[in-house]
Amino acid sequence: MAVTFHINTGSNTPIYKQITDQARLAVAAGRLAAGDPLPSVRALAEELVVNPNTVARAYAGLIREGLLEARAGRGVFITRKRKIYSRAEGWRRLEPLLDALIGEAMVLDFTREELRKAFEEKLGQWKHPKGGDRNDE
Amino acid sequence: MNEPSVIQTRGLTKYFGGKPAVYELNLDVPRGCVFAFLGRNGSGKTTTIRMLAGLEQPTRGAGSILGCDIRALTPDIRARIGYLAEEHQLYGWMSVQDCGEFQAKFFAKWNGRIFRGIAGHFALKPAARVKDLSRGERAGLCLALTLAPEPELLLLDDPGLGLDPVARRALVESMIYLTRKSDRTIFFSSHQLADVERVADYMAVLDQSVLRACCPLEKFQESVRQARLRFSGAPPALPKIPGLLQALRTENELRVTCANYDGETEKILRALAPLEMEPVPLGLEDAFISYLGERGEKSFILSELEAQP
Repeated sequence: MAVTFHINTGSNTPIYKQITDQARLAVAAGRLAAGDPLPSVRALAEELVVNPNTVARAYAGLIREGLLEARAGRGVFITRKRKIYSRAEGWRRLEPLLDALIGEAMVLDFTREELRKAFEEKLGQWKHPKGGDRNDE
Repeated sequence: MNEPSVIQTRGLTKYFGGKPAVYELNLDVPRGCVFAFLGRNGSGKTTTIRMLAGLEQPTRGAGSILGCDIRALTPDIRARIGYLAEEHQLYGWMSVQDCGEFQAKFFAKWNGRIFRGIAGHFALKPAARVKDLSRGERAGLCLALTLAPEPELLLLDDPGLGLDPVARRALVESMIYLTRKSDRTIFFSSHQLADVERVADYMAVLDQSVLRACCPLEKFQESVRQARLRFSGAPPALPKIPGLLQALRTENELRVTCANYDGETEKILRALAPLEMEPVPLGLEDAFISYLGERGEKSFILSELEAQP
């Protein structure tokens, strides 16, 4: 499987972070699976028209997180084992997003019940390769 | 930094008459980076670049480029530097191909493939006369002429000036293509922050002849931050905040932009006891404008208008 990256300049999000965010999302959504290759730093830099160092920094971040691995001379691949964050760190990252979601829903006058239902429904649509279980395959 | 910088200046100063155009500039440009030299019009960017290229003698201070004193650049060193002036100097009667052949005679090293490649990238026809070229095409031709000798250091003075979006993209693509050789350094001035965001590793900001920032791009974006504070009534008077760039006051809100925003800044702001306080992420352009814009506390111009009878 493959993923198409796209970036926006003038965004509040630095370019390297746009790349890491999109890679993470693609894995979470099952569009990228373990063993899938990502384009080389050079190729992605030229495709997105950004400095190769920016792509390299994004990849380095993903490697540190354990989402990617570099195989010498062959490029970068999505890792088999996804041990990314401790649960505590995971929650720390997830919480502001939950707050934002709930806040927006309240502003838009959705009831708690509607939100709960929509959340369940959405969750059902996400076909996770591992059936949505934890990251300890 | 282990390797010496390709460009280094210490206290570099240039006066025109009694006015400093560049004042006490300390700059270090590491080898292999793409370095954006930013600042408003008249801030001293062109004068700096001209001094680096050996076209302008400094009033005082020191500078070296590729390890050579900028006051005594040898032809040997000059051949390793590609300089693109702000206004493109070309002979109107020459054809694109003539320009290439003419320029090649001045260089020991000339890569015709690069010349044709870049010219082709800007859709230039070899037989086209310079006087018939558009602004973007002339920029492309000048870039091709600058790159063909394969200089290891490029000094580009506002290469994107006046270019349309398509030509600008071709320029950015050419710059990214250049980074294929990792020892190649690009030092360029620009006002196009979207392009800067794409290509630059480092940036320096010149403000009224003085260097105000010199760091990796994302460091700049991280250290210029804005917070929005909401209050039940009119916001309190602002205490002294180190690094304060701008404060915008509305009926019950305070928007504070600071350089070097850190835990200390956060503490001072929290002490104002706002009902709510949230960070407002800034893009590079907003951060840059806050950094160079008028400092101090302001309120909306609109509220002043409303106050008129």
